[in-house]
Amino acid sequence: MTTTELIVTGRRAQHRHRPGASARRRRAASRTIQVVALSLGALVFLFPFYYMLIVSFSPSWTADWSVLVPGQLTLNNYAELFESTNVGRSMINSAIFAGGVVLLTQIGALLCGYALAFIRFHGSRLVFGTVLLLQIVPFQVLLIPLYVLVTRSYGLGDSYAGMILPFAINAGVVFIYRQFFLTIPVEMIEAAKLDGAGHVRTLLHVILPLTRPALVTGVVLSFVGPWNDFLWPFLITKAQEMQPLAVSLISFQSNIIQRLDNPTGAIMADATLLMLPSVVLFVLGQRWFTTAGLGGAVKE
Amino acid sequence: MTTIDRSIAARVRRGVQATRRTRAEHVAGALFSAPFMLYAILIFAVPLATAVYISFFAYRFTAPGASIEFPFIGIDNYTKILTDPRTQQAFGNALLAIAITVPVTIGVGLLLALALNSPLRGRGFFRTAYYLPFITAAVALIQVAILVLQPDGLLSSLLGPFAPVDGFLMSPVWAMPIISLFVAWKQLGFFVLLYLGALQSIPAERFEAAEMDGAGAVRRFFHIALPGVAPVTTLVIVLCTITCVNIFTEPYLMTQGGGPDGASTTPGLLIYQQGFQQGNAGYASALGIVIGIFILVISLLQRRLFRSS
Repeated sequence: MTTTELIVTGRRAQHRHRPGASARRRRAASRTIQVVALSLGALVFLFPFYYMLIVSFSPSWTADWSVLVPGQLTLNNYAELFESTNVGRSMINSAIFAGGVVLLTQIGALLCGYALAFIRFHGSRLVFGTVLLLQIVPFQVLLIPLYVLVTRSYGLGDSYAGMILPFAINAGVVFIYRQFFLTIPVEMIEAAKLDGAGHVRTLLHVILPLTRPALVTGVVLSFVGPWNDFLWPFLITKAQEMQPLAVSLISFQSNIIQRLDNPTGAIMADATLLMLPSVVLFVLGQRWFTTAGLGGAVKE
Repeated sequence: MTTIDRSIAARVRRGVQATRRTRAEHVAGALFSAPFMLYAILIFAVPLATAVYISFFAYRFTAPGASIEFPFIGIDNYTKILTDPRTQQAFGNALLAIAITVPVTIGVGLLLALALNSPLRGRGFFRTAYYLPFITAAVALIQVAILVLQPDGLLSSLLGPFAPVDGFLMSPVWAMPIISLFVAWKQLGFFVLLYLGALQSIPAERFEAAEMDGAGAVRRFFHIALPGVAPVTTLVIVLCTITCVNIFTEPYLMTQGGGPDGASTTPGLLIYQQGFQQGNAGYASALGIVIGIFILVISLLQRRLFRSS
């Protein structure tokens, strides 16, 4: 028995004799600290969102604190943004880019996740190793060759296909589906097999209906990546009418928007349009997420 | 005789069926993983081979259609990485970013996760609030950061005389730390959730028993919580390292491309500058390979550490 344990046991005896007031007071105090810490945190995390929204609805902008007090609110910044730029086209580009990625990722990841979880086959270890490897390879490492291949060899510069290709299947989502499938009892698969269902039927009619929570996580994760990304579409879209929202915001900012009455307001309006879909999707899908699912994108 | 024959025949037949079935399984497995593997070849294997190949040449971006022979220069691009002061500066900046983001993420992330790890009204709200920056486009949040960090912006007025005169983003001392803090802030919610998950997997009885035994909050933190979340902490170190080496959008947009005078240039940004702005695609590819190897080593180390503990 170590000294600490001795001390600890001694204390335990003391505790038994006086339960109550001091412990309760201590608990109330720690509760207060807890709420204060959490609220301070929330303030730091939410402040930029408030700033973005309030400036986007204000008629003018100043650098000081007065900008945070909501005065007269207006939609003028949004109106000017839509009048002077083709931000609508950019939103469509972003939607096609992200939508294509979401669709391809679900198809590829469901199939691959199913194979890894339920099928014993030659090369499954290679496939799984590739899934793990691709999760940690950062995009920048292969930036130059990807650009050379996609624009020169595959001839996909200034095209949706070229934007989508590097994001087409998210290895993290493959991993999430595999992990989720492994929690499904094998008996269900065997029962389906006895009923004469092939793998495709089993996946579509037995597994997929059970997969909703993981599916929501997979869709949100694969949407957020391309919708938010700047570097890749910035590199391969030279034509402005092909640029997604994140890229065109920067182009508009450096020319058109500067000529508006309230350029900062218009930029914040543009930033709000860029921010909103990911946030809304996340908040809506949230009740389906599990911490494990969200962490699963990177965690082994 | 005949019964034996028949049973052998049946067994053989069953064996044939079994192999046929396993063969069908092999085919099904290959077909199901084919889209992902095809993608991995197109988007990882081929580019990787191309990157290695290009990195041994004085490869430059040329006008489309023009075909020029680029001279083979062996490992010159790689030796240049070791000697170029700009590259050294970029890796130094990445180290600074790691030295800032890792402790901030572990400290604040764990603190918030601990505060969240007990029944409380509004827990869902806090979790969502912390996670929002992580899933929001960097480009959108950077626009706000630029306004707040201006010389006459809110942060300067908050810090008063301690704020740099030219604003945080024009200051060679402040530019990289402030970008690092922004990056740490943006991804913190993700790690809060990871830490929360790890804390929740520690049996509550362990905390209760320790409390009964009179262990104070500090003691409970160091003896139960911290060891319990060790796998997440190693993950924080690995992921922060990967992120910091590859930071691109923040310095590109916040400090006009890694300024002032390279003070906020990261290896990730350097790849872009060397490859696309200066056309040295061979050198930029070599940089990418070096970063890739570095990250692979860090990840393998983490995995080994993870297994042994």
